[in-house]
Amino acid sequence: MPDLRYIRRFSRTERALHWVHASAFLILLASGLVLYLPSLSERVSRRPLIKAVHLWTAVAWIAALALVVLFGDRAGFRRTLRELDRFDADDRRWLRGRPAPQGRFNAGQKLNAAVSAALAVLFAVSGFLLWYGERDTRFRFASTLLVHDGLMYVFLVLLVGHLYLAVIHPNTRHALRGITLGTVEAKWARQHHPKWRE
Amino acid sequence: MAGGISAFAWASPVWRAIRPAAELLPSGVRALIPSGGWRIYTVADSMPRFDPKRWRLRIDGLVARPRELSYDELLALPRTEQVSTFHCVTGWTVENVRWAGVRFRDLLAFVKPMPQAHALRFVSSEVPYEDSLTLAQVQLVDAMLAYEMDGRPLRREHGAPARVVIPEMYGYKNVKWVERIELVPHPLDGFWEKLGYDRDAWVGRSNRA
Repeated sequence: MPDLRYIRRFSRTERALHWVHASAFLILLASGLVLYLPSLSERVSRRPLIKAVHLWTAVAWIAALALVVLFGDRAGFRRTLRELDRFDADDRRWLRGRPAPQGRFNAGQKLNAAVSAALAVLFAVSGFLLWYGERDTRFRFASTLLVHDGLMYVFLVLLVGHLYLAVIHPNTRHALRGITLGTVEAKWARQHHPKWRE
Repeated sequence: MAGGISAFAWASPVWRAIRPAAELLPSGVRALIPSGGWRIYTVADSMPRFDPKRWRLRIDGLVARPRELSYDELLALPRTEQVSTFHCVTGWTVENVRWAGVRFRDLLAFVKPMPQAHALRFVSSEVPYEDSLTLAQVQLVDAMLAYEMDGRPLRREHGAPARVVIPEMYGYKNVKWVERIELVPHPLDGFWEKLGYDRDAWVGRSNRA
């Protein structure tokens, strides 16, 4: 008998995608900072190893995403993508700071998803060029490194905001339950996401 | 997405424009951002550690008088200073680096190269890194073997105690942790050249498509 106090917000596929991103990002960030910051480079000093960790984490990240989508709930994933892509009149009002009823994702979450996805692609492309440019000088461009490093700063800001909303902010931190266990309180959902219909 | 990819075109000017803005940040925050823009590139599993008592610079090969210099003997040679810009082939640049060290002509006067010597092979303590420059290249006015950077003895991550500085060429020709200079008949492929990089790494004129 399902517990009526809770409703399902994220499927296993969605949660798997989230945690693949989260864990890969943290490993990439840590190893990337060792490669990037002189004081850390000196302290760790095993650049070839850290470089390999960074590179293979990126490969594992992309492979894991592909596997989750391939073997997960693909139809559900497509529905979620359409949901994220659609900004209606309420979303536009919400983004202008006015109260407006929100669906399963609020407009800020939709925006964050779109920006993160675009930047992640750019991260992967610039990362590939850094790796390949070392092997074929025709693919080395002066800006590749700046793009890659700049993305790191942008993502760091997004991550801080994301963690604040997920862990600290009283109105939104209940969402952490949704991305870990899958379900959220029905009461919370009605209050913060009134337009969300299962 | 197209806007994202175009970042490859606008990233450099934007970065140059916002870098001065970093000066406005509180110093605690600024300390986290790499100042000057140095990145430390190494190829081995450990970074050489400098021991002033045991360190020697060997100069040998096609020379009349092979020599081993201690750190103190190196510092006792005619000292020269310069301010120059350091360019890495991967796209970052550090401006106004203050170097102090020895000109190669003063170093070579010591060992008397033979007439058939036309290049210098720099061997790093960071095995297997090495690279070479021609005699003409090391006699450029701003080429030196540096032992000080920005007013301090060269730091470990910058190649302590001595590194090649040749601002006209990309960083991979500026060998760090130099422990041996061998005079050879002609230049040899260094670490990156064996992987396809240009042997003459002139800034702005090499390693292009």
